[in-house]
Amino acid sequence: MMAGSLIRSISTKVNGICLWRRRQVLPGFGLTLGFALLYLCLLVLLPLSAAFLKASGLGWDGFIRAVTAPRVVASFGVSVRASAAAAAVNTVLGTIVAWVLVRYRFAGKRLLDAMVDLPFALPTSVAGIALAAIYGPNGLLGAPLLDAFGWKVAYTEAGIFVALTFIGLPFVVRTLQPVMLDLDPEYEEAAASLGASRWQSLVRVIGPELLPAAVTGFALAFARALGEYGSVVFVAGNMPMKTEIVPLLIITKLEQYDYRGATAVAVMMLVLSFLLLLIINLLQRWSVRWLAR
Amino acid sequence: MVEARPQPPKAHPAIADPWPLRALLIGVTLAFLLIFLLLPLVTVFSEALAHGVNAYFAVFRDPVAQAAIRLTLLVAAIAVPANLLFGICAAWAISRFAFPGKSLLITLIDLPFAVSPVVSGLIYVLLFGANGWLGPFLAAHHLKVIFAVPGIVLTTIFVTFPFVARELIPVMQAQGSEEEQAALSLGANGWQTFWRVTLPKVRWGLIYGVILCNARAMGEFGAVSVVSGHIRGLTNTIPLHVEILYNEYNLVAAFAMASLLALLALLTLGIKAMVEWRMRLGLRLQAASVGGLG
Repeated sequence: MMAGSLIRSISTKVNGICLWRRRQVLPGFGLTLGFALLYLCLLVLLPLSAAFLKASGLGWDGFIRAVTAPRVVASFGVSVRASAAAAAVNTVLGTIVAWVLVRYRFAGKRLLDAMVDLPFALPTSVAGIALAAIYGPNGLLGAPLLDAFGWKVAYTEAGIFVALTFIGLPFVVRTLQPVMLDLDPEYEEAAASLGASRWQSLVRVIGPELLPAAVTGFALAFARALGEYGSVVFVAGNMPMKTEIVPLLIITKLEQYDYRGATAVAVMMLVLSFLLLLIINLLQRWSVRWLAR
Repeated sequence: MVEARPQPPKAHPAIADPWPLRALLIGVTLAFLLIFLLLPLVTVFSEALAHGVNAYFAVFRDPVAQAAIRLTLLVAAIAVPANLLFGICAAWAISRFAFPGKSLLITLIDLPFAVSPVVSGLIYVLLFGANGWLGPFLAAHHLKVIFAVPGIVLTTIFVTFPFVARELIPVMQAQGSEEEQAALSLGANGWQTFWRVTLPKVRWGLIYGVILCNARAMGEFGAVSVVSGHIRGLTNTIPLHVEILYNEYNLVAAFAMASLLALLALLTLGIKAMVEWRMRLGLRLQAASVGGLG
């Protein structure tokens, strides 16, 4: 290991001066980059550009007419509302889950920690039918909620919210956990020794440190929820204008051979996703600067 | 991303939460995770076994179910190695060489994760469908991509595209290329260096990426649903077959097929936990050996 670190310290000095030499030492630059670029262009960029070109065939007026149709606007409303509500709940509860998993010690903690990734690993259609069974009128939770409060969960907007909460949770927890682990206990100790109560140091010292990660987690969960299809369709009810999410509307339009309409809505979704991706990248940069300040 | 997590700081009175708060937060966490995560998982198995073990296993004797299982395995067997090869190439180029546009390339690799699964399916329909760009060409040569197996494979490759690359890139960037340079200077050729030096160093990150890629490839629903055409026994993967069975109110069969995917998810989480443990162990051993020498 010592030899390794010695070589590393020398080579970082050398690399600073001659980047080009390094390029010649290791083989395979042209082959690997060439293959990676070809694969990326053929399988990702070409199909994506097909959507934009097809939509441009509609013309600007046609595009605007397609995406401002009442049913389309209503489905965007349902999707954005449910995604934002689910991401907000996940941000609050996910912060608590992450805090408990990082700071406390109790039996079964590692199992809980592993379980947080379940929504990543469980296929969406499996989650969808399971949630429909649980929250349906005869379900384990659906029946008592209906009897006690008159709440109908499955086949309403609440069902969409439940499914989106399920799939969004790991994004918040896994974004916050590393930041919480990196928190230096010295700040909290300093706050305590200066007379701050535990509550004050949680709100005034730890809260601001976690803010960028919490916002990033919200954005990641929201972005994922917006495009989600499999887990939602089984519990949503899928009524046009009421419980129809955008991805489902695209499928409905495709099944009616309305390729232009489907493409217009899909392009709106793509633009929205890319905007969110940009925002998430900026947020991540902000978190790094925020923590380094 | 695989992260070797440092251990949390030792509980110190000044940074420990008072016990009522601790009890409350642990209670909220347990309730939330049990209701939202564990309950759906348990439901899959309890519904699948609702009519007993015999009814459960009878589901898998159906030739249509067997065809769905075979197709799912076939799709994963093509999509995962393809993305593995891409991931290794992209990670090698990105982590070992300096070139302009590198950060743009990293962003583009992540792009499929930002796209809704349904839109992922749609863009392949626009490319290969009957009215698509290549539709007339494919029809003239009697080739079928959409509503056939090639379309399912292509969209699966698209949605699982970033998994291996995004796990490998940070691992290989962190490790640097000194050992490869040493191997080359000692006379190894490029392949030998890759097989004997690079691959053993990144194996855990690689396994991690592959199992996540595989889980998504076998479980993808939205994207595959758009291009499959839902032809029984021909273009239905397990997740699509689950949907059909569920919509026919054949609940035991739907949940039995779903339980296969749930088992796969549990296996994936198990391997993931093991890989993370091995990586932490590796880091600790490394730290110990450095400490011992120093």
